[in-house]
Amino acid sequence: MNSQDFQLFGDIVRTRSGLVLTEEKVYLLESRLVPLARRRGMDSLEDLAEEVRRHRDERLLSEITEAMTTNETFFFRDNKPFDIFREVVLPQLLETRRAQKSLRIWNAACSTGQEPYSLAMLLKEEAAKMAGWRVEIMATDISDEVLEKSKAGLYSQFEVQRGLPIQLMVKYFQQVGEMWQIDSSIRAMVKFQNKNLLEDLSNLGKFDVIFCRNVLIYFDQPTKSKVLSQVHKIIASDGALFLGGAETVLGICDDFKPVEGQRGVYTSAINGMLAKTG
Amino acid sequence: MPSCLIVDDSKVVRMVARRILEDLKFGIVEAEDGKSALDSCLEEMPDVILLDWNMPVMNGIDFLRTLRKSQGGEDPVVIFCTTENDMAHIREAISAGANEYIMKPFDRAIIEAKFSQVGVI
Repeated sequence: MNSQDFQLFGDIVRTRSGLVLTEEKVYLLESRLVPLARRRGMDSLEDLAEEVRRHRDERLLSEITEAMTTNETFFFRDNKPFDIFREVVLPQLLETRRAQKSLRIWNAACSTGQEPYSLAMLLKEEAAKMAGWRVEIMATDISDEVLEKSKAGLYSQFEVQRGLPIQLMVKYFQQVGEMWQIDSSIRAMVKFQNKNLLEDLSNLGKFDVIFCRNVLIYFDQPTKSKVLSQVHKIIASDGALFLGGAETVLGICDDFKPVEGQRGVYTSAINGMLAKTG
Repeated sequence: MPSCLIVDDSKVVRMVARRILEDLKFGIVEAEDGKSALDSCLEEMPDVILLDWNMPVMNGIDFLRTLRKSQGGEDPVVIFCTTENDMAHIREAISAGANEYIMKPFDRAIIEAKFSQVGVI
């Protein structure tokens, strides 16, 4: 691929999703865009680049962006964040929100749905403590394709074996041919919506907990800062932000501070209730 | 070093599982059926058992039921690893005392995920 075409595709992906494609990612770009070019009846990436330059077709630009997003995910990924949510964050929120009995959780860049469904199963397991509570899990992604898969809740044998405890699989899944489908009662707990993290997020409303894990790693520094700043505006002042193991707010955004002793969890730098727990 | 007993009548499956689990720093013992596995457990109880279902002499589910009734047989973490990939078999395994369940074919990612879930790595 010539450098002009690489620049063209890289600019499209960066301006529309924030994902930064460095020169060493040229193989990734080729492996993901060649199938897209073929689906559209083109022989090469040069043809695809030419098509983009000529027509700037909105749908094609979206497809290019979606093809470059990474959708690696699995149930209860890394375990520990879910333990912290269940053992530290949730008990505190059940205490501080006991008057309004309402909890809002946002799963940003949810990919194919394993993370929001993990949270939904976890909350279902804790249902005895939450009688009469209104719980909303909002899950968003930039890709319509992964959102459709999320909504269907259908997973392969390989996918259900990565991170999902067998007891939960027996309890919340049905076998559909060679696939496994998550129970409708769990699917109903999650609302899926297309959302680009670079857009204004304020219309999503305020959240008590935000899972934004393994997303920032794909952004450059200014984009990380911008996204975190937006996230801060829609998280409750005593809420909890969960980031991925390789991600941090330090040196990027002063609005959040780490929750001491709870790796990967952040709270508002001012009034962060969780910080008091140590 | 934690120990893992691999019980499977397929030599190839035992070899593949052994390679993965040795990388995960397990000491490996092998058995090719449930009866040999029981003999091995009576000699020395392993920390983890990776267990096939369909085997000659004694199958996996009969082995597990006998193991759980034996002295010290409650202790090992038992992870089924079988081509029986339907809900009825999974439920039967859990009620017999299995801690986890792997549906074949498996790969390194699945083994690591399941062993991590039950807290042995």
